[in-house]
Amino acid sequence: MQYALLIYTEPGYLDSLSPAEQKAMSKEYWALRDAPEVVTGAGLQPVTTATTIRLAGGEMLVTDGPFADTKEVFGGIYLVEADNLDQATEIAARIPALRLGGAVEIRPTLGPAS
Amino acid sequence: MLAVLVGYFGDFELAEESTAEAFAVAARRWPSEGSPANPAAWLVTTARNRAIDRLRRDRVLAEKLRLLEVTTQAVTEIDVDESEIPDERLELIFTCCHPALAVEAQVALTLRSVAGLGTEEIARAFLVSGETMKRRLTRAKTKIRDAGIPFSVPSAAQLPGRLTAVLAVTYLIFNQGYSEPGQAGHLAGEAIRLGRVLAGLLPDQAEPEGLLALMLLHDARRRARLSGPGGQDLVLLADQDRELWDWPQIGEARDILDRISGSRGPYMIQAAIASLQAADPVDWRQIGALYAELADLTGSPVVRLNSAVAIAEADGPAAALAVVDGLDLAGYQYFHSTRAELLRRLGRMEEAGAAYRSALALATAEPERRFLLFRLAECE
Repeated sequence: MQYALLIYTEPGYLDSLSPAEQKAMSKEYWALRDAPEVVTGAGLQPVTTATTIRLAGGEMLVTDGPFADTKEVFGGIYLVEADNLDQATEIAARIPALRLGGAVEIRPTLGPAS
Repeated sequence: MLAVLVGYFGDFELAEESTAEAFAVAARRWPSEGSPANPAAWLVTTARNRAIDRLRRDRVLAEKLRLLEVTTQAVTEIDVDESEIPDERLELIFTCCHPALAVEAQVALTLRSVAGLGTEEIARAFLVSGETMKRRLTRAKTKIRDAGIPFSVPSAAQLPGRLTAVLAVTYLIFNQGYSEPGQAGHLAGEAIRLGRVLAGLLPDQAEPEGLLALMLLHDARRRARLSGPGGQDLVLLADQDRELWDWPQIGEARDILDRISGSRGPYMIQAAIASLQAADPVDWRQIGALYAELADLTGSPVVRLNSAVAIAEADGPAAALAVVDGLDLAGYQYFHSTRAELLRRLGRMEEAGAAYRSALALATAEPERRFLLFRLAECE
């Protein structure tokens, strides 16, 4: 089964780390992306770089900022292959953000439309 | 049998429906044709074949193809001795109590799939409509299937945490039966039955036995706990007619405690406290010591609240009130009822009345509400 691991953190969650620690953590994220059970992954730049678009009255509305203005923001994603939820959870448990107060949502992906 | 099929297909609804179909076929055929040599094996095979047929017809979800690959091996009559049908009840219990399911869903699913209770029955016991319970169960089963919640006993590393969840669900079921004897009285028996199954299937773990002993002790007092017409009035422990207690059941619980006294887990300690409370006279100091041990183990403010009762008996209500007032449990019914009791004993009636009112605002069970109203009236 394929699962999406959606990473949520508070903006600035890395600020308490020294540059060396931040670098080490970044390496961890990339190393996880290379794990055989991980299909792919991407970290997102800070929410200040976000733009949101939606259709309103037939017109494309462009706004500055993320979709949801929440305390914790969506910061990255991994797509993983796992036999079941427990296995996906084990992979998710390795995500560094968890050690700094972040959360990971684990959701199965849709299969191809038939 | 349900457990075996759920394990095979990882899908509750499929397992349930094909089981029902197999039984229906048996009911039609066996009276006239005679039952097969190994009825259990026949039922499992028939149910499995029905489920496979259904999967073949169901081409919508791509995940099902994975199951089809497993099941297209030649399916002949399973040559299995009834005693060899694997006991997959443990997998079923851990699946039902998986943390990815909401607790109320865990409780409902355990009662439906492990205890085999009907949906309406469970709805009544939890004071919700049949439709609500049906939706709750369907959502839970759908989540198990769609999110890939595995049908397995957790690994050794995961087991303690997961077992805590299973025991918590069991105890929740027991407490529902205990506090709503009118609507849900039989749930206490179901929880005890489940406790026995857990203790039997996990012989290396002491806490299932601890929980079993605890439930047996509480349940042993059921006939003395309520009085009045319709049994809607609470009788406090000190006022209960001890001759109405189920002493053989208390004896069974005490035998269990003797066996497991070395392993100091939360349920075992609570059971030890309950056992001491059934003695005459009650040794409140020893109970106080056990509560202290339990509080250290769990760090739970509710435990500290319960310890106040023992402190009140051993050192007086003022000492107990000092402990209770230091707790942050404003949303907990028994915090207010305990404070009220202590204030009442200290003669501080106005404050006691206010506390009883706070407790009433949170109380739902009828016998408890009546008790609180009665006490409130005494304060006014």
